[in-house]
Amino acid sequence: MTKVYVSSVIPAPAAEVWKLVRNFNGLPGWAPFVAESRIEQNAQADQIGCIRNFTLKDGGRIRERLLALSDYDLSCSYAILESPMAVENYVATLSLTPITDGNLTLAEWQAEFDCAPDREATLMQQIGTGVFQTALTALKNRFGR
Amino acid sequence: MVRVFQSTIIDAPIDEVWAILRDFNGHDRWHPAIAFSEIEGGDPVDAVGSVRHFRLADGGELREQLLALSDKDRRLSYCLLEAPLPLMGYVASVRLKPVTDGNATFWEWRSEFNPPAHRRDELVKLVTEGIYQAGFAAVRNLLRGRSVGSPVDARPSRAVAASAPSASVPRVVPTVTPGQAATTRAIVVERYGGPEELQLREIGLPQPAPNEVQIRHTVIGVNFIDVYCRTGYFDLLQPPGVPGMEAAGVIEAVGSAVSGFSVGDRVAYACPPVGAYCERRNMVPDLLLQLSDDISDDIAAAGLLKGIAASFLLHDVHVVRPGEIVLIHAAAGGVGQLLVQWARHLGATVIATVSSDDKARIVERLGAHHVIVYSRENFAEAVMRLTGGAGADVAYDAVGNDTFGGSLAALGVRGHLVSFGQASGPVGNWDIGRFSSKSVTISRPNYAHYTDTPQKLAPQLNRFFAALRQGVIKVEPPRYYDLAAASEAHRDLESRRTTGALVLKV
Repeated sequence: MTKVYVSSVIPAPAAEVWKLVRNFNGLPGWAPFVAESRIEQNAQADQIGCIRNFTLKDGGRIRERLLALSDYDLSCSYAILESPMAVENYVATLSLTPITDGNLTLAEWQAEFDCAPDREATLMQQIGTGVFQTALTALKNRFGR
Repeated sequence: MVRVFQSTIIDAPIDEVWAILRDFNGHDRWHPAIAFSEIEGGDPVDAVGSVRHFRLADGGELREQLLALSDKDRRLSYCLLEAPLPLMGYVASVRLKPVTDGNATFWEWRSEFNPPAHRRDELVKLVTEGIYQAGFAAVRNLLRGRSVGSPVDARPSRAVAASAPSASVPRVVPTVTPGQAATTRAIVVERYGGPEELQLREIGLPQPAPNEVQIRHTVIGVNFIDVYCRTGYFDLLQPPGVPGMEAAGVIEAVGSAVSGFSVGDRVAYACPPVGAYCERRNMVPDLLLQLSDDISDDIAAAGLLKGIAASFLLHDVHVVRPGEIVLIHAAAGGVGQLLVQWARHLGATVIATVSSDDKARIVERLGAHHVIVYSRENFAEAVMRLTGGAGADVAYDAVGNDTFGGSLAALGVRGHLVSFGQASGPVGNWDIGRFSSKSVTISRPNYAHYTDTPQKLAPQLNRFFAALRQGVIKVEPPRYYDLAAASEAHRDLESRRTTGALVLKV
């Protein structure tokens, strides 16, 4: 089991950041590497079990199932069903925590997955830096001063 | 039920912040509201279930119990057991998370409790601002201080922490000429360890705060408690810090809010906060005393702490009465010499133990009725022989590991063992059920608890100086070391080579 953990301080109140990232179908609106996204089976984007099907700007396609969504904890968990990355049992959680001092937000993004040992370092780098940190940096800039 | 949630970002790596917060008994070293804290029953600070008993700067006392501690999640939870405020059912937790983007730390502090409705807003504000936000600021300052590498400012002294606002309020000291930052030579402990950790350094010396005076030391007392501070056995000193709790000197500057002291006064002290091993220091003068002309600086620095200790050991911890059998270990040492003389004056039969014949001669001259060289003879058996099997009424034992068991054996029925130090190592764990065989009482006094207010200190000082002036006790001229040779003084003290008091000359 490999774990990846990334966190950033987003310069905006947690409720505001949550409004944006809560939308399971909303990645194209803020994640710079996502081209388009749809929810399969005509489900709602906040329906637990729904599947988002999105394409990356580099052409790759990913399908992910929504496992948990909490408006109370400001967190969202999902699993990868299909992706160009050779990962298995991939479960990730994006969560927000208010920073009362200054009214900012701590955004944490973590994932656990299995992979071939020789791919581990590359995948950790790709997911941690290439995906999570890139997306969080985009969030920071979006709300940035 | 109200919930309080506060969080902040600290600009330091998570391990540094966790090292501070994980110490369940460490809050008195950084939180401005807390003057003093200890773990009840000597439990380890990281034992879940341990209880910290602490006093606020305003005098209120609280007890809190550790409910959960996780190094994995860097989280600790605790509840309030007793408090002067109606924070009913108060359960709180502190949690850290790394901010991987950079090298900062997210810190959240949350709690739930049931306040009475009419005090709800007041108590929520107190917890939010007075405890959590003030704590954030204090740790931030502490870490900021560390990062610039100023050994002394890194840790506010207890006195400063206790009167917290002065640390952040601009200091106005009209009686002192404002000028460039001064420095002073000091012995600094950068990390806990052996005598070699006592290093001479030049450190910053700010102007005294309005409630402080600045003292130029002439003579500094060296005590075993300084060894315990250096090794980390006691946490009165947090590295980097300056050890020492006893000195004599002259007042060189007086804060604007201080009354009763003037520049040029000869003064002495024997109290925390640590910081005596230096040429000059600032301190709150609550426990400072003015020296009269008949008491020299040397005698004050050599005798004050030990004399005060002897005073409360013989009059408060145990009240020595005429005819009692008193066993005194390390009788040729600084405190030991005073105990022997004073106990004899109080009418007791004094049995003293020492480690060598040379020391035996010193102790005989001081008036001990019987002297046992414990390296040659089993002292417990000797006490029983000398007392016809009755045993001692009280044993004063600061040797610790080597003598504790023997001291118990040397006591008579309803005897009292006063354990006030552990020069040879901690006494270890004892099953108190066994003490019933003689109905033994054990005391483990802490110097601060008998001396930490002017009210507590005054009777001890009066007794000590009266005994000195009446010739009941004599403080031998001390053995002198240069300030720079503090490590040598510690080595000699720990090697048991010395007799009487050791002092540093400035």
